[in-house]
Amino acid sequence: MDTELADLLCIGAGLAGERVAIEAASCGFKAICLSIVPPRRSHSSAAQGGMQASLGNCAMGAGDNQDIHFQDTVKGSDWGCDQEVARLFVETAPRAVREMAFWGIPWNRVVPGKSAFFKGGKEYEKVEPKENKGLITARDFGGTAKWRTCYTSDGTGHTLLYTMDNKVVELGVAVHDRMEAISLIHDGETCTGVVARCLKTGRLKAYLARATLIATGGYGKIYKESTNAVINDGGGAIIALDTGVVPFGNPEAIQFHPTGIVPTNILVTEGCRGDGGTLLDVNEKRFMPDYEPEKAELASRDVVSRWMIHHIREGCGVKSPYGDHLWLDIRHLGERHIKTKLREVEEICNNFLGIDPVTQLIPVRPAQHYSMGGVKTNKDGAAYGLKGLFSAGEASCWDMHGFNRLGGNSLAETVVAGKIVGEKIAEFLKGYDVQFKTASVKDVADRVQERLERRISGKDGGESAFEVRNAMQDELMERVSIFRNGKDLEKAVENLQGIYERSKRVGLRSNGIGASPELALALKIQGMLRLAICVAYAALKRTESRGCHAREDYEARNDRDWLNRTLATWKEGEDLPTLNYEPASGVLEIPPGDRGYGVSKIITRDGETTGA
Amino acid sequence: MGRQLKFHIFRYNPEDTNSVPRTDDFYLEETESMTLFIALTRIREEQDPSLQFDFCCRAGICGSCAMVINGRPGLACKTLTRDLPAEITLMPLPVFKLIGDLSVDTGTWFRSMNEKVGSWIHNDEAFDPDAQEERMDNALAEEIYELERCVECGCCVAACGTANMREDFVGAVALNRIARFMLDPRDRRGEKEYFEVIGTDEGVFGCMGLLACEDVCPKELPLQDQLGILRRKMGWSALKRLFRVK
Repeated sequence: MDTELADLLCIGAGLAGERVAIEAASCGFKAICLSIVPPRRSHSSAAQGGMQASLGNCAMGAGDNQDIHFQDTVKGSDWGCDQEVARLFVETAPRAVREMAFWGIPWNRVVPGKSAFFKGGKEYEKVEPKENKGLITARDFGGTAKWRTCYTSDGTGHTLLYTMDNKVVELGVAVHDRMEAISLIHDGETCTGVVARCLKTGRLKAYLARATLIATGGYGKIYKESTNAVINDGGGAIIALDTGVVPFGNPEAIQFHPTGIVPTNILVTEGCRGDGGTLLDVNEKRFMPDYEPEKAELASRDVVSRWMIHHIREGCGVKSPYGDHLWLDIRHLGERHIKTKLREVEEICNNFLGIDPVTQLIPVRPAQHYSMGGVKTNKDGAAYGLKGLFSAGEASCWDMHGFNRLGGNSLAETVVAGKIVGEKIAEFLKGYDVQFKTASVKDVADRVQERLERRISGKDGGESAFEVRNAMQDELMERVSIFRNGKDLEKAVENLQGIYERSKRVGLRSNGIGASPELALALKIQGMLRLAICVAYAALKRTESRGCHAREDYEARNDRDWLNRTLATWKEGEDLPTLNYEPASGVLEIPPGDRGYGVSKIITRDGETTGA
Repeated sequence: MGRQLKFHIFRYNPEDTNSVPRTDDFYLEETESMTLFIALTRIREEQDPSLQFDFCCRAGICGSCAMVINGRPGLACKTLTRDLPAEITLMPLPVFKLIGDLSVDTGTWFRSMNEKVGSWIHNDEAFDPDAQEERMDNALAEEIYELERCVECGCCVAACGTANMREDFVGAVALNRIARFMLDPRDRRGEKEYFEVIGTDEGVFGCMGLLACEDVCPKELPLQDQLGILRRKMGWSALKRLFRVK
């Protein structure tokens, strides 16, 4: 089998993967990135809104600093994050933004003088300081005390990804695109690379590396309604879970975004609400101030999403053939603002809905959006359980988001974690030697080959990979969604186990020759189901409400019993994951308290109930 | 009842020795807000699981899904079937290497293009992590962003007469990229360096001026303007060289 050797193998060439590769390559190491799509197609490009960093250059960001960014992040996470990691993140973010500026990002800049802005549909005026002319400016995002989200119009992810990949090209880092990692090569203690399948030819190839990084993004596509790209099917999470020794952190922490358009679930950016867009119901009445008088539409995503579903359940949704939805109104922002600052939003409305947001309302409802959980790592990005394995970005559970991520903190995480983890991997590589065992490579390759042949031959049965996937997606959407309860979750686990059995009997309808999209799914579907079961089972066991995890039967956040992180591993041959727990944070710089928005019923660490 | 749509789709799997290039027909009933993403996904999942095509963001952002739609290159994800006649012919993009059916290898082509034009900020200084960022006028930042919006989908290359005839032509996408860097004061390259990259027949002088590139650009980039500006600049540069004007 064709085999390639590297110091660092990055699985995934989005922002996090490429940033890590750049750091290693800058230190003289040979880095190779694998990507299932050409790198500039990675889902990082879709993040329109921006990247949080407490530069404090703009008028509404004046006085901002790392402490305030830290507080916002910890509160946003509902105290589920690792505070040491969050601290590291906020300290590094301003430097990371400036470094990206140095590499070529056309960040929007401070324009001195008076300008108007909208908040909650009302017009206000601000005066940008003359002395800050030309410095990087910021916009408002949900859950933040200051305007802190640096942006390039509404293509921030796009410009970041292009600039990052420019750097990759400059440094000559190889990106093997359309190459999908199918299995990690490891001996239970050390990871030494992967066996991958070429999505141009279908051929297998081995990559041997001293360090392997998983940076494959989120796993939103296990849900039916998701804003995620079609490639976000949890590939990296699956191969880590397959090892049986690498734990998956907080699988149940799934974020829903308030504004996916109906019916295609394409995301319209939080920038809409940040800039003053409002949410309206069937009577075109603005309802968020009734639930959240202070923050209204700009409460954190979990809170806004829940109130939206609540409001729909109250019978205030707009009926449509695709189910009930609500309206997003940005008409009052004016044509000029919409056509410049929110141009991608305008394009999405025109192209995918056939409506004009300057004069018409946008149909929206919450859709799965972000996976806070992922491959559990320490603060250096080193995965638990296997030496030589690392993870960064959305694929990882580093864990700075806990149970809810703030808008603008994910793009920031990819670049910041990429920088930090990249430095740590470079340090690791300097003093590290490993033996590549040809027998274990052959063993993994043989097993992958056998799986592949069984699927093609239909030896295990003739279940359709697409139908099995659809059944899984429907089940999660139905019972493991924004509001959760014990009864539904138990049913979901049971049903998903049934679907898991079906996934073992998948057989191809096509011949499986070449890239074969059907084979690609057939090879992954069992892993996707294990992931789905981890999500449902961990959600069932977590008998509290925290951030995005809202239990109707356990409404309080329970700091006495659940100020911790789920660690799920899947032992070979089992039909359920093993769940362990670790403290959410070793250091509690800010002790658990009230977020200031959302439902605030809390069982304190002393067992007292507050805010009931 | 929606319209009955008939799709003629190019088929060929180069990895399969039994496969021959051909066109297959598929039928679908049109539904509300149907895009080619929705249609092709349904065809694959309900009728022929071997059908190859590329989608990623399915929101017009990533540039994965360019194909020739009734004779015209475009992004399939943002093409609503209601804007097309009931017979729809889909072909892979020309110029790029075929992977199978509607899927082509844009990754290799664009990586090579980016290498050729040096698509990065050329600057020998080291980044100072403790320094404030270099200031930039917001209007300039927006001007750069305007050209940076290219998604490397390949439509302009597929629609280009020169690129279809000559493998070494860099295409409108590359010229636009150079124009982006020429605007950027952080890129320290001078006119001479840019000239070396694009002041040739493979570059700006290879263009025949058909300008289909701008017609088909899904991001509506001002490719024609950039071409004109670059030609003038490079033309001057060539004249200066000819007469050795310092």
